[in-house]
Amino acid sequence: MIEFDGISKRFPDGTLAVDNFSLRLPSREITVFVGSSGSGKTTLLRMINRMVEPTSGRILIDDEDVAQLNPVTLRRRIGYVMQNSGLLPHRTVLQNIATVPLLNRVPRAEAVARARELMDTVGLDAAFANRYPAELSGGQQQRVGVARGLAVNPNILLMDEPFGAVDPIVRRELQEELLRLQQELAKTIVFVTHDIDEAFLLGDHVTILARGGQIAQHGTPDEILSNPASEFVADFIGADRGRRALTLRESNGRTLVVDGTGRIAGVLGAETATGPVSVGAGGRDEHLGEITLGTEAAEAPHEVAPAVNDAPTASGVPEVDTPR
Amino acid sequence: MLDGLNWLLDPAHWSGSRGIPTRLLEHLAITGLTLLIAGVIALAAGLAIGHTRRGRGLVVGLSGALRAMPTLGLLVFIAVQFGFGVRLAIIPTLIVLVVLAIPPILAGAYAGVESVDPATVDASRALGLTEWQILWRVEFPLALPLIVGGLRSAMLQVVATATVAAYISLGGLGRFLFDALPLRDYPQMLAGAILVAALALILDLLFLLVGKAVLPAGVRATRGTRRSKTPTERTAA
Repeated sequence: MIEFDGISKRFPDGTLAVDNFSLRLPSREITVFVGSSGSGKTTLLRMINRMVEPTSGRILIDDEDVAQLNPVTLRRRIGYVMQNSGLLPHRTVLQNIATVPLLNRVPRAEAVARARELMDTVGLDAAFANRYPAELSGGQQQRVGVARGLAVNPNILLMDEPFGAVDPIVRRELQEELLRLQQELAKTIVFVTHDIDEAFLLGDHVTILARGGQIAQHGTPDEILSNPASEFVADFIGADRGRRALTLRESNGRTLVVDGTGRIAGVLGAETATGPVSVGAGGRDEHLGEITLGTEAAEAPHEVAPAVNDAPTASGVPEVDTPR
Repeated sequence: MLDGLNWLLDPAHWSGSRGIPTRLLEHLAITGLTLLIAGVIALAAGLAIGHTRRGRGLVVGLSGALRAMPTLGLLVFIAVQFGFGVRLAIIPTLIVLVVLAIPPILAGAYAGVESVDPATVDASRALGLTEWQILWRVEFPLALPLIVGGLRSAMLQVVATATVAAYISLGGLGRFLFDALPLRDYPQMLAGAILVAALALILDLLFLLVGKAVLPAGVRATRGTRRSKTPTERTAA
């Protein structure tokens, strides 16, 4: 368990990035910090492995104050995945993954064998083992980054907008891959993003942050979507507009699901018992894929909304509203 | 020009303690020793500046100012001013040459380290590399091409300027110039100049090759076949 206890951070230039932040993050689950820039989400993440030192307050990992630990030792126990992979350009994929185990004096053969295993775990072809990062695509680099983060078999994995720089299709793959991995590995993951849909897709718990690390709302995606705590949250998650404001419309004896922009999001299935929305299978993927590609603008927060629908954490699916 | 070549080809000039091989070796020794001393000082300072991002203005300004002093004037000043100056002519010689060699090596070192992507350094630190490990395993190898570049330009200046050693009665290729000057032995002077130029070219080539050899493999890959980072994953995977 990671516990923030009255954490504040004032940077030397005087900005108060985080003001008296307290929160417990449960073990073996994914907690997502989501907020726009200036919300202090990355600062909070980087305080866990002491890349940033809080001005006041404590951070406890399993009741141990991180300030008491040697930063290097602490960081080697925690996996870290960042946006632009941060791979060492002069080392091969395999060497990159094995970096920290080798520093920890794990025998070379063992470290390399484990690195190969991890490549398989994150879905990287073994043929990439001796390639250099510059020879990989952005998505492949991120996979290497995740493998490297897992190399020391940490209990905690910190992910700082890890999928922010890859194109939407690859991002989708990586998100699904992460959920699959998490089912196997059950790490305590802290994930930072500015993309609310990514937050709802991945997070067991989502913390919506306002300026200065103020918690606008913390809860499961289900709780947040069904009961936004404030105007700010409702606005941030776009609960009452666009792709998330779904309405039903009868047409030719079938029930269509229409989103706030007037697009037909899908067809309401007959066997609604299996889930809140079971959208007709046939044309769906094709159709949604088309929407996703068509409206793609890298930073637009809502375009991958349909991704929520088939996530394992389907609790995040918006309830289908009747027309207001 | 022809006279100079004839002088060079005369077998009599290729033997003995005043012959071309001896002078060449002396010149190389002075150059090598200078680069070694300047290299240690400038690399230590340059890597420290590059890694900490501190003290750059001060150190660079200082070394630049020292360098602005005329080499020959500084040489004579040190030789005359200090007791050891004339007896141990190698010391003032090395001092002026080291002063000359420091700025380019320093610039190569800090520019090299500063050129490393901050994200790479940040990620290395977040993984749990110590500051020393970041410097030696990440910043130094990635800075090597620029470091070798700095050494190369320092070497060229030192090879050319090491001729002044002869001015205060040391050896080296400068002997041919300074010995011949009062005698108006222009063929010998020309030969000396040709030798210095040839040595500089050969060493330059050597450094060029070393520079290529130390270019980190992954960086070479970037320069050779940079691939777009967008949708290649689908086709490649």
